[in-house]
Amino acid sequence: MAVAHAGADARASGDSLATGHPIANLVARRLAVGVLTLLVVSVVVFLATEVLPGNAAFAVLGRGANPARLHALERQLHLDRGVADQYWIWLSGLLTGKLGTSLNGQPVWVLVKPRLINSAVLVVVTGLIGAVAGVGLGAAAALRKNGWFDHLTSVTALAVTSLPEFVVAISLIILLSTVVFHWLPAVSLLPPGTYAWSQPKLLMLPVATLVIVIVPYIFRMMRAAMIEALESDYVEMARLKGVPEWRVVLVHALPNAIAPTIQVIGLNFLYLAGGVVVVEYVFNFAGIGQGLVFAVANRDIPVIQFIVVVLAAFYVLMNIVSDVIALLATPRRRIAR
Amino acid sequence: MAVAAPSVAGSSARPSGRMARHPWLSAAWAAARTPRGAVGLSLTSAVVLIAVIGPFVAPNSPDALLTLTNAKPSGQFPLGSDFLGRDVLSRVLDGGWALLLMAALATAFGIIAGAGAGISAAYLRGRPDGFIMRTVDVILAFPQLVFALLLVSVLGPRLWLIVLAVGLSHAPQVARVIRSATLDISERDYVKVAELQGMRPRKIMSSEILPNLVSPLTVEAGLRLTYSIIIMAGLSFLGFGQQPPAANWGLMINENRNGLPLNPWAVIVPVALIALLTIGTNTFTDAFARVAIGIDRRPEESALIDELTPGAPR
Repeated sequence: MAVAHAGADARASGDSLATGHPIANLVARRLAVGVLTLLVVSVVVFLATEVLPGNAAFAVLGRGANPARLHALERQLHLDRGVADQYWIWLSGLLTGKLGTSLNGQPVWVLVKPRLINSAVLVVVTGLIGAVAGVGLGAAAALRKNGWFDHLTSVTALAVTSLPEFVVAISLIILLSTVVFHWLPAVSLLPPGTYAWSQPKLLMLPVATLVIVIVPYIFRMMRAAMIEALESDYVEMARLKGVPEWRVVLVHALPNAIAPTIQVIGLNFLYLAGGVVVVEYVFNFAGIGQGLVFAVANRDIPVIQFIVVVLAAFYVLMNIVSDVIALLATPRRRIAR
Repeated sequence: MAVAAPSVAGSSARPSGRMARHPWLSAAWAAARTPRGAVGLSLTSAVVLIAVIGPFVAPNSPDALLTLTNAKPSGQFPLGSDFLGRDVLSRVLDGGWALLLMAALATAFGIIAGAGAGISAAYLRGRPDGFIMRTVDVILAFPQLVFALLLVSVLGPRLWLIVLAVGLSHAPQVARVIRSATLDISERDYVKVAELQGMRPRKIMSSEILPNLVSPLTVEAGLRLTYSIIIMAGLSFLGFGQQPPAANWGLMINENRNGLPLNPWAVIVPVALIALLTIGTNTFTDAFARVAIGIDRRPEESALIDELTPGAPR
């Protein structure tokens, strides 16, 4: 229903900003809202990590804090300034690429950059495989609605959508790398200085886990949308005209069913922003998710702040992208005005 | 006058009188009798039963070091021992109730906050609507687990904080669904009548609108409960939930996974219990949604289809 809301916004903006291309206007508007949202997000992240009771320096040093160390750390984290000043120092650093140093002395960027790349590889590979598998399975199930394949896949999808990522991950480890078979490595420990693509074998279990988690959503959406498209008037019309069935499916039904599915695929990229956290941790995969868990465990505030903002930015951006793609893929809405 | 009017909604076929079954109850009953609903309900009840009765029937103390580490199952210890030599069976029996309780509390908090925000936004419109929905957008910019981690990172793994964080991260999604359901309802005649009678907005929201949202709220509650369990178990697995030596299914999985080749049961059993529980709650919710709202899919999915598929029935 969020989507219905966004749609209303889109129409309203199309009316008020009658100049220029409606879709360009929509994109500009959504981007502006996105930037604003991110600004507020940065305030929330900042306030949560720096101003909540028991300031960050004390949280880090804990009981072992002696006044001198506390003081030094407070200066390093700029805790001796006013809140607005602190926020400004942090935000301008974030925007100019001066991300500060992690508590272990390394620059945050040096620490996070390789992790960002590894996570990006994981997310993109997962997203592509998941999208193809979900669309294919969904369309196949819809074509034989209520057949055995449909029932089997639908029930499996319902069961799998309920599972936490780490349950899927551990089950795969039990099945494929420890107890039953010993085919794949149970940990995806990348040798230092190497990136994920150099070790495809280490990527397999993390990717498999995330694909299993996202495919059911794409499948369910594709199946439902495909069934509706197949029962629609224009498909009936095409059939009555004598269009061959494969053409009906591929040319008439599929493109119309894929619009809502694209949006769900986009939503699953959103999900992956959170999903990588647990899965990377399970497999010891050096991505930003694992980085976040380590940083939270060590209370490494500068790293936490940066990773959370990056994840939120990805989230907001993907939301806009999936809305726009869905819009482009829906002729009815493209020409509605 | 106003008091005599509450809750009439779409249940026109409902017989009068106090003994009449609430439509929500009959929907739940009908859902429980579908194959899907029956499976969901029995799985859920079985796991809940284990979690609730477990602590009272556990043969050993969950914290006592009783035998070798990672020992295979034996007569004395049917599920073997864990990485410190504690009885796995006793820890499994003791390790569910806190998880369930926290998930239930977080769900309740999320539903109440989300429903309040959603109904107010839709009924009051204008500025409150804008303010609430922009707040929703901000919270939605965080992945749920990351939101909880952010709060935990500052205050440490306090259980009340986790409940609060998870509940709060549910609220926006609930608010969106309930907002659009409310937009529909607030156009209905009985709401207009109440308005003409001079009923106060707060009263209209609580006694005219809320009773008609029971079905969508139940579906939301079921969905959110499943997610709560997933997030709670995930946080425990990551080490940010209950702290050792507490017995907790999520924590147990992480503690014992290095011992998988020696005694897999210390991992398999908690994994299976969490899986059966979430499958159970999700399956029953699905069955309930089909009966009560008459949809073959989740609310967010049907909204997407209606909005985006050409030729979809409107």
